[in-house]
Amino acid sequence: MTAQPSIRVRGLRKTFEVPEREAGIRAATGSLFRRKTRSVVAVGGIDFDVEPGEIVGFLGPNGAGKTTTLKMLSGLLYPTAGEATVLGHVPWRRDHAYLGRMTLIMGQRNQLAWDIPVIDSFELNRAIYGVSREDYRARIDELVELLELGDLVRKPVRNLSLGERMKVEIAVSLLHRPDVLFLDEPTIGLDVTMQRRIRQFIADYNERTGSTTLLTSHYMADVEALCRRVLVIHHGALLYDGDLTGLVARFAPRKTIVLDLERGADPPTPDALTAIAGGPDRIVGSADGRVTLRVPRSDTAAVTTRALADLPVLDLVVEEPPIDEVIDLVFASGVVGVEPTSDGGRP
Amino acid sequence: MSRLLAVYRAKFRTELAIQLAYRGALAIWLIGIVLEPIVSLVVWTTVANGQGGAVGGFTAGEFAAYFTSLLIVNQLTFTWHFWFFEWRIREGFFSPLLLRPVHPIHNDVAENLTFKLLTGTIVVPVAIFLVVAFGATFQTQPWQIAAFVVALGLAMPLRFLAEWTLGAAAFWITRTGAINQAYSVVMLFLSGFLAPLALFPPAIQAVAAVLPFRWMVAFPVEVALGRLAPDQVLAGFAAQLAWIAGLVLVMRVVWAAGTRRYSAVGA
Repeated sequence: MTAQPSIRVRGLRKTFEVPEREAGIRAATGSLFRRKTRSVVAVGGIDFDVEPGEIVGFLGPNGAGKTTTLKMLSGLLYPTAGEATVLGHVPWRRDHAYLGRMTLIMGQRNQLAWDIPVIDSFELNRAIYGVSREDYRARIDELVELLELGDLVRKPVRNLSLGERMKVEIAVSLLHRPDVLFLDEPTIGLDVTMQRRIRQFIADYNERTGSTTLLTSHYMADVEALCRRVLVIHHGALLYDGDLTGLVARFAPRKTIVLDLERGADPPTPDALTAIAGGPDRIVGSADGRVTLRVPRSDTAAVTTRALADLPVLDLVVEEPPIDEVIDLVFASGVVGVEPTSDGGRP
Repeated sequence: MSRLLAVYRAKFRTELAIQLAYRGALAIWLIGIVLEPIVSLVVWTTVANGQGGAVGGFTAGEFAAYFTSLLIVNQLTFTWHFWFFEWRIREGFFSPLLLRPVHPIHNDVAENLTFKLLTGTIVVPVAIFLVVAFGATFQTQPWQIAAFVVALGLAMPLRFLAEWTLGAAAFWITRTGAINQAYSVVMLFLSGFLAPLALFPPAIQAVAAVLPFRWMVAFPVEVALGRLAPDQVLAGFAAQLAWIAGLVLVMRVVWAAGTRRYSAVGA
């Protein structure tokens, strides 16, 4: 028997009606009598499953439909069409049984009371989610330690820095031990150290609790560190669903080979380099004892062998292109599998 | 149920802390709450004294009793959340409340009750002082005191439900300030806030009897003054209960339809 997916999405679609008018007084008075609206497709009918325990990265440019999808799956938004179940619940019915088992964390928003110490908000959430005193104490201790909250919990939220606020926001959102986490840009605006700490925490939480996580981020480092599988969405359509390495192989069919030559060695002639690389268009640069080649994935081994045989190589590095570049390529290439819809946008 | 009580207890504690964090604002709100009925009280007792001691069957002492009772009833029934729905919905501030496994109305009820308890510590002594200072005369029987408590206990959920449901109009209309203002003006006249309903022409009294406003404010005040016979009091309870039942239904329908439309802007 196979386990049911934690998240199951079929033909999920959301369109928003947005008012539309030209600039200027004339159009403004005209709109008093005739209101024009336009239908904007935010999510254009997507399908995917997420298995229990998976951390899946949800990638796409601004307005691609990521946040709208997360809002539908967390129960905030009713879809225009399609189905979804999360932990066996239809999210937008907002059963209390469902809401008590999931969390939505948005990097740009916070739900803590501004004027009172964080610990008071924790207490309120303890009551709302019906967490026992015993579990509550254990979890607070654990969260304080893992997120290095220390004395932060005794300060009013308005006195915290952005990074500190994010940490306590995450802590308060996890007090009830949710089985499903929707994380929308959890590291936005944070410095590199804080990003790393939160990333590590998400990974630990997943490992300890076996929770299922759907995460969006503009920082590729988050996705690389946490997600083996990614969903790429653009203009409301799903362009790719698979593992991160597969995405790179599919959309970045070339690798970069960087050769550092021995000091004082004669620079290789263009002809010699062309022979090694297998064509002049594969040479990216050659200067100051460093040669950079970009070659098809399948030729990497052959080119490397030739280079080592024919050149005085001191050091050699074979690199995948940066994942950001790969994502750019995906968006530039447009179609993979699903036909993109006409419009994208967040409400 | 015990879980809900725990939520109320916790919410009460946090809300108390929040409201005490802004003592200045709290004091100014309090002045407003107390001053409004005092203005009416001074005006009507002056008019009554100028007219040879009574206007429309109300003596100066009865006006004093009316407006001090009104101060208490209004203090315990007024709500403010409907003014915030527009902002909450337009800016997406409803989202955190919608994601909790507790209906958002409980959040607002708890905030409301906390504010009432906090301000009650000032409003009640002020009311007692006014009763003495203006020589308020009550013809209240002991059974009417008990009836007053019931009428007030029904007026609170009635007014809360009506105004909370009104606020939910913001799911459909971006600017609800005008609607809220219109409601408040009608409320001012037909709830007996400006003057006892007995002073209005019979046509207006008839309208007031079928609308919910009288049952939110004027009715408990009239019971407190001892002006209503037992059958009138029972009819009043029935009207209150009928309005509460109707509003619960309307609120559920409006809420279900409204949250379907909610677009969770921002967050």
